[in-house]
Amino acid sequence: MSELLELTAAQAAERIRAGEVSAGELFELYRERARGDELGAFLWVSDDDPPDTPPDAPLGGVPLAVKDLFCVKGVPSAAASRILEGYRPPYTATAVERLNAAGAPTLGKTNMDEFAMGSSNENSGFRPVLNPWDRERVPGGSSGGSAAAVAAGLAPWAIGTDTGGSIRQPASLCGIVGMKPTYGAVSRYGMIAFASSLDQCGPLTRDVTDAALLFRHMVGRDRCDSTSLEFPEEVRLPKAERLDGLRFGVPPELSGEGVEAGVREVLDRTVKLVEELGGVVEEVGLPHSPHGIAAYYVLAPAEASANLARYDGVRYGPRKGNGDLLSLYEETRAAGFGAEVKRRIMLGTYALSSGYYEAYYGRAQRVRTKIADDFRAAFERVDLILTPTSPTVAFKLGERTADPLAMYLSDYCTVPMPLAGVPAISIPGGLSDGLPVGIQLAGPAFSENRILDAAYALEQAIGFDGSGARV
Amino acid sequence: MSGELATILDHIDKIGELDLDDVEPTSHVIQVENVLRPDEPRPSLPREDALAQAPDPAEGGFRVPSPGGA
Repeated sequence: MSELLELTAAQAAERIRAGEVSAGELFELYRERARGDELGAFLWVSDDDPPDTPPDAPLGGVPLAVKDLFCVKGVPSAAASRILEGYRPPYTATAVERLNAAGAPTLGKTNMDEFAMGSSNENSGFRPVLNPWDRERVPGGSSGGSAAAVAAGLAPWAIGTDTGGSIRQPASLCGIVGMKPTYGAVSRYGMIAFASSLDQCGPLTRDVTDAALLFRHMVGRDRCDSTSLEFPEEVRLPKAERLDGLRFGVPPELSGEGVEAGVREVLDRTVKLVEELGGVVEEVGLPHSPHGIAAYYVLAPAEASANLARYDGVRYGPRKGNGDLLSLYEETRAAGFGAEVKRRIMLGTYALSSGYYEAYYGRAQRVRTKIADDFRAAFERVDLILTPTSPTVAFKLGERTADPLAMYLSDYCTVPMPLAGVPAISIPGGLSDGLPVGIQLAGPAFSENRILDAAYALEQAIGFDGSGARV
Repeated sequence: MSGELATILDHIDKIGELDLDDVEPTSHVIQVENVLRPDEPRPSLPREDALAQAPDPAEGGFRVPSPGGA
């Protein structure tokens, strides 16, 4: 039994295909582990009979943990918010449907920051998630439940969503792999919307191969999401052992000030490894990226303030208030939304209000152009950008809850990529004082194959041991 | 909460330092052409499914208290 837990999802799928273990056995094994979850990673675990996965299914029947932000038909899907407590959607998100169809049945729904707003999972409307490396620390957020579940071996693999770093930062803090794809690569249909121009879903996995395998079966145009696009090439399973001929740019803006020493050491070691593998490393500027957090915290709350207007206690979710319609809205929202969600709705409506619109929203959209231009210019010179994923390792529970700005700055290195729409992966680069440090690789739009190949070559050279997080 | 919002707005005000006069705003980050599809009718969500999660469904709709009170 414990031997099965040491397998990556791709390896487990191979065992199933070889007839050495059945998909049903694997599902039961992980279901028991998910039910015994002491980290707060799961909000719901499937009671269904393990589905009959055909032996030739590309994902082999290996069960999948799904962030609570995804609608799954008939299954509680609340985006970890009290305002959607008990909500069971009448349809399933396209990404989940595609992965189920490819042979990854839904194991459970994972905890998260409410409506994906947070970097520590402490904003969950239900309960926080503990980091399996050190239970006094946060797993990161907002996909903290998915990251902790995969790191701890409570799920073979998972999906999450990333708006400003919500896949990559928790992957970094939990010592696993997480990829935010190019905007439009994966359908957003059925993802409970936070900031629609930034949201994108992607894999959280034990290794790069698993990430590629999941991603391969998520991509593609969906008529239910008009921003989704056909992926321009086949998503390949990575094989690269060398990085010869690849140019890597390290932006000083995202690797200097504010990055703690232990993280910097892992970055420096990774740079040396890149060179040993034949890659060329140079400095490349992303001069506007220091303004990323400011622009993001105008744009994302502005979009959220519009997207979250639908939660009013009329069509779904708990209803509060006994008086007239206005008090119904007010009391439902006062009771249903947590503090961070209220904060962002207020920021967003303020930024969009008449008289302030141009100074905030208009300017932030122009900063977004400058950040995207920085990436375009950088990718004229280099093939990939290399940064730390998070400026720090996992911080203590409660450490940043009293200071929202300090919490926001957790996403300092991950926010510029979604603003520019470009893909990026976080892989474990090593440990600092026993806690994982993530390394981020970003590339131009639709360069996921290049990113996955480089990440794979680095992963082999780094040889990270994630068994310290297994429970 | 007002103190927290003030701290956040102070940080956001940093974008006021940039010269952005000749910069176009970005709302959609990937260059795409207008997407049109044939208008093919298909079944919509059945009414009972749409109402299944409503806190107070009535007569095939979502019932709410009077907007004007009483």
